Amino acid sequence: MSTPLTSLDRPNSYIGRSVPRPNAKRLLAGRGRYVSDLKLPRMLHAAFLRSPHAHAKIGSINTEPARGVEGVHLVATGEDLAKLCTPWTGTLDHFKGMTSAPQWPLPLDRVVWAGQAVVAVVAESRAIAEDALELIEIDYEDLPVVVDIDSARVAGGPLVNPGSANNTCFRSQLDSGTVDDAFAHAAHVVEEEFTFGRHTAVTLEPRAIVADYDPAAGALIVHHATQTPYQFQDLYSRHYGIPEARVRVIATDIGGSFGMKLHVYHEDMAVVGLSILLGRPVKFVADRMESFVSDIHARDHRVRARMALDAKGEILAMDVLDLTAIGAFSTYPRTSVVEGNQVIRLIGAPYRFRNYRATLEVIFQNKVQTSQYRAVGHPIACAVTERLMDMAASKIGLDPFAIRAQNVIPDDAYPQTSPTGYRFEALSHQACLKRLHEIMDYDGLRAEQADLRKRGIYRGIGIAAFVEITNPSPAFYGVGGARISSQDGAILSLTPSGEVRCMISVTEQGQGTEAIISQIVADQLGVAQEHVKVITGDTEVTPHGGATWACRGAGIGGETALQATRALKRNILEIAALILQEQPSALDIIDGEVVDAATRKPRLPIAEIARIAYFRSDTLPPGTQAQLTVSHHFAPQGYPFAFTNGIQGCVLDVDVETGLVKLLKHFIVEDCGRVINPMLVDEQLRGGIVQGLGAALFEECRYSDTGQLMNGSLADYLVPMPMEMPDIVIAHVETPTADTVLGAKGVGEAGTAAASACVLNAVNDALAPFDATINSMPITPAKVLKALKRL
Amino acid sequence: MKARAFSYFRATTIDQALEAHARARDDARFIAGGQSLVPALSLRLQAPRLLIDITHIEELRGVRREGGTLRIGALTRHCEMLSEPLIAEFAPLLHAAAPFVAHPAIRNRGTFGGSVALADPASEFPAMTLALDAEIEIAGPSGRRRVKADDFFIDLFETALQPGELITAIHVPLFKADQRFAFDELARRRGDYALVGCGIMATCTGDRVDDIRISFFSVGNTPTRVRGAENTLLGARLDAERIAAAQGVLEGDLAPPDSDEVPPAMRLHLARVLLGRLLGRLGEGA
Repeated sequence: MSTPLTSLDRPNSYIGRSVPRPNAKRLLAGRGRYVSDLKLPRMLHAAFLRSPHAHAKIGSINTEPARGVEGVHLVATGEDLAKLCTPWTGTLDHFKGMTSAPQWPLPLDRVVWAGQAVVAVVAESRAIAEDALELIEIDYEDLPVVVDIDSARVAGGPLVNPGSANNTCFRSQLDSGTVDDAFAHAAHVVEEEFTFGRHTAVTLEPRAIVADYDPAAGALIVHHATQTPYQFQDLYSRHYGIPEARVRVIATDIGGSFGMKLHVYHEDMAVVGLSILLGRPVKFVADRMESFVSDIHARDHRVRARMALDAKGEILAMDVLDLTAIGAFSTYPRTSVVEGNQVIRLIGAPYRFRNYRATLEVIFQNKVQTSQYRAVGHPIACAVTERLMDMAASKIGLDPFAIRAQNVIPDDAYPQTSPTGYRFEALSHQACLKRLHEIMDYDGLRAEQADLRKRGIYRGIGIAAFVEITNPSPAFYGVGGARISSQDGAILSLTPSGEVRCMISVTEQGQGTEAIISQIVADQLGVAQEHVKVITGDTEVTPHGGATWACRGAGIGGETALQATRALKRNILEIAALILQEQPSALDIIDGEVVDAATRKPRLPIAEIARIAYFRSDTLPPGTQAQLTVSHHFAPQGYPFAFTNGIQGCVLDVDVETGLVKLLKHFIVEDCGRVINPMLVDEQLRGGIVQGLGAALFEECRYSDTGQLMNGSLADYLVPMPMEMPDIVIAHVETPTADTVLGAKGVGEAGTAAASACVLNAVNDALAPFDATINSMPITPAKVLKALKRL
Repeated sequence: MKARAFSYFRATTIDQALEAHARARDDARFIAGGQSLVPALSLRLQAPRLLIDITHIEELRGVRREGGTLRIGALTRHCEMLSEPLIAEFAPLLHAAAPFVAHPAIRNRGTFGGSVALADPASEFPAMTLALDAEIEIAGPSGRRRVKADDFFIDLFETALQPGELITAIHVPLFKADQRFAFDELARRRGDYALVGCGIMATCTGDRVDDIRISFFSVGNTPTRVRGAENTLLGARLDAERIAAAQGVLEGDLAPPDSDEVPPAMRLHLARVLLGRLLGRLGEGA
């Protein structure tokens, strides 16, 4: 049977098609070029002595024996680097009243978390640098340590920043509608306190940087495994006083990032200073142990939330308090309060109730900083909302699907503004709910669950709806004074051979950015994808832009590429029209050929146009200047964010004797607008879900009561592994955004947003016969056994 | 982290290896698979002056029958526990435990002798030598000797091995028709150190237990035989009541250490659950 032709059957129709990533083969063949692979002439290696104390005053530092080690070129302290580098403060203006202490590359007088870098050694090799570290003596004077949220909030208790009034970084409150009144008149109220453990990104490639300062040119080149080369060009320029044009940041191949590689790290700033001091390239690659104590962590929230409903199960109001502890500093330049801010603004987002109150309190403590990591705030907002939905459903006697169907914002009711002020252009909760019900075979699962329970097998089924923030406008960081761009730029050239080169500001960290950009360019111009070369991640080459984070690469970068390509196409057709003595509007480009727009009859290869324009411009009409390179910038306008939505489901078994949870199957129906490459979208969803499942069952940075990280190795910190991961079934609903021609929204965080909430609901569903509930993640065997009163 | 500088010597005979150790005045470590030693070197938890590579010593290789026992050379790799037919036939408990030892990449390099010598209390193989009533064959400056597994494990990472001594082979009694075995472990992720694990060897006449050796790992400072539970089962049938009795006395056999993630009561609980499940399987004739 033949299927009907679709638009995808047109030549060069790549939008919506699963084409392989052009860089995949190179990376699989081991030909990737990561910063850790980089060897520059005269390059030296840095290592850092780290604080064993979570909070202590730094007394004397004896570096003399270390300086004497053969092969050591420099030993530098905080004081040495403070002479070169201005301090930074992790606050943003639109978070009114937030505070954070100034930070230097290395501390001047006090260490504030265990693992903080204190002294740098630069040597011929990393091993020699580590030999020297062993000889450095530091006198520390212990200070009281602030570890947990409760002790941080005790009035008159120990302070992370002596001299400050308390350990509060930021407070925020939302209040809309008539919350107290709604609770007073509610037929049902459900309430719970949730805890979410700290976890961290654990990228396959750890943080890596080579700083190369040339004192003769007064120029700095930094090879940096980062998502955001432009942001770092700006920061290195301003903090080290080097003109922007003389700072070049090159982001080479990057082995995973997940938001972790867009923050300023003390070691990275220090390495720039070390290179300036030495006039030689200096490399630093965090090892795994260092990554655990110095990469940003995320989550660490305690949320008390309640929901009021009427007798039929209609949500009337929610009331929320989110306490989150962020470490000793707010991270620079994006701060550490964005996660909490998104938690309180995303809670309840799929539903249409109007009365909402939330308080956010962001607290300092003596741990490494937390900040933006994949799905910032989403998993917490989703788990809180969706667990309360299930609790309400169970109290009222409704099925989890039914209560959600009753409360979601209807698909035909958009645009809508949430009680927290988010403006939704168009979401598809109803369509997604319906589709999930089908692909799960929900009724079949429930029947099977009932049978299994009779045999002592406790199966759980959980669902969780979510809203995801993508395509952020300047409302995200720009308004707060951060020099973080929300626009992107592209430079597109037709080469003399008639191929296309696209230099674009979005970056690639393994998610396939370069693949989708080449698809869009090829599609819009009318050439084969293999004739499009995409270049990213070099501030000297690619135009300034936001790069890749917050699910903006496809939506904003993709639209930039689309607009740039259309401009190039116009220019090519102008020249073609002159050569062919036609009107440009009568011509089109298909498969690298200029064709008659009406008949599709080939007229001239674009390679021939390039040849004439570059080498025989004398044959063009006088006054013609062919413009075969175009540049284009695109900044999102219209809605401040392109919100997406979806729903996930999961099935699992709980072993009620051991407390172990076995994941059986996971489902997602997701709406990211226009799907550019279905294969890449599905893999983003799968990867995101796996990270969410890690948070649900495995990942947690555990601290002792003295602020020591207890499980800072891959033997003890449990990342999700293939043996424990279930099959993931994916379906799509497509509601393109009308703000762009492309219509794409983001998808990178959707999987993580709701996977943990699904597991939480499913585990509670499995435990329903036992009068046992879980409200804390990760869901460890100990927590399950405790809930079952077997411990 | 990078290891401190060290010297390296490749030995091709046991005597060469022992001499090198003595010459280094015991500031030396033997290295075979390196799956525990190399990370310890990289973390600078250990920094010997000399590493003595024993992987080229022929005498430490091979699996063969010697009378009533199977001689398993110390260099036998974990992956060979899965692939070697003699082990599957005559030491099926090791064959059953092997898939739980870490991951394929580690099993390809890690050695049986190395695992027993390190005596990590959370490792599968050291505990299985106890269940198997194995004998550890040792070479050292004062000659060759054999030590019963029961006498080998002394305390946390402490064994009967003296400085400069080397495990050459492990001798395991051949599996017999009237014997049954069972192995399992509880872990949050496959390949992790277990929350608790257990291997059992039993000799039965019909349903009656004539002899039984039950060895736990991840329950204390050493791999641990639970003699109270064993005694409860001797001469008995493996029915529900007797299994419950064995679970009941486990508290007297085990004293799990405190840890921030798995409190002693939880580990004891999990040990009881695991013991019950394994004895249940043995009772079904597994």
